[in-house]
Amino acid sequence: MTVSTTETLAIRSGDDVVRVRQRVRALAVDIGLGLVDQTKIITAASELARNTLDYGGGGEVRAEIVLAGTRRGLRLTFEDRGPGIADIEQAMTDHYTSGRGLGLGLGGAKRLSNEFHIESTPGVGTRVMIARWK
Amino acid sequence: MDRIPILKLGGVLIVTIQVDMHDRLALALEEDLTTMIARTGARGVLIEISALEIVDSFIGRMLVSIAAVSRVLDAETVLAGMRPAVAITLVELGLELTGIRTALNVERGMALLKARFAEDGDGFGSDRDGLDD
Ligand SMILES: Nc1ncnc2c1ncn2[C@@H]1O[C@H](COP(=O)(O)OP(=O)(O)OP(=O)(O)O)[C@@H](O)[C@H]1O
Ligand SMILES: [Mg+2]
Repeated sequence: MTVSTTETLAIRSGDDVVRVRQRVRALAVDIGLGLVDQTKIITAASELARNTLDYGGGGEVRAEIVLAGTRRGLRLTFEDRGPGIADIEQAMTDHYTSGRGLGLGLGGAKRLSNEFHIESTPGVGTRVMIARWK
Repeated sequence: MDRIPILKLGGVLIVTIQVDMHDRLALALEEDLTTMIARTGARGVLIEISALEIVDSFIGRMLVSIAAVSRVLDAETVLAGMRPAVAITLVELGLELTGIRTALNVERGMALLKARFAEDGDGFGSDRDGLDD
């Protein structure tokens, strides 16, 4: 698998979350995702960007267009150096929230993506990767 | 600060969301709608979202919250014009728009509210308390 383009966007404010959505949309169009798949990956990105901001205290997302044979995909990696997640299984559970959310962001982002990977260390930070393939 | 305009047509408040919603705008809209319902005695809130490219849990929570507050103030919320791709994504996200009725477009949304007003024995387009008169 090779990476054809990479860019990094900061997530420090609500306006940055809007910018991430717009950039993800442009990249999703670039790799030829259909309207429904575009909508899914943008929605997943919006959830993860907001978690990065609200719980991670800000961070960044790396957006990559990846090639595997003739397939093209969009891979997004959200990273923060926030408090981390002590119990990932609990955090992934639908309707679990430590704040005032609906507790749907992580589980929803997983359902809306073809690939999902989360790693988190309390006191160090959190990294969530999603990918959607054409 | 930017605000989303709220239109009043008879007993219904109509809002068209055309921009990518950021936090402050969402909070301002909720506040403005609540104030307007209380002030005008509107019985319905129609939110038109055909321009929205996504509805995530943040926007979803705002919509559910607007509907909940409206209900307490005796107004019903109808969501009109959701794009099919957004509807499909919402289901997979797991978001339930509790307390919100949906309609294909504004026209059908108005018809829904009109039917409710008729059930209640209210004339459509009249304010229940005539505060505005
Ligand atoms: N980047 C992060 N850093 C620390 N904790 C996180 C992070 N992302 C998620 N969490 C924790 O996982 C929980 C679940 O996240 P999820 O996105 O599923 O729901 P939510 O953000 O609480 O609500 P919603 O996304 O529905 O508005 C959060 O409440 C928070 O405790
Ligand atoms: Mg979340």
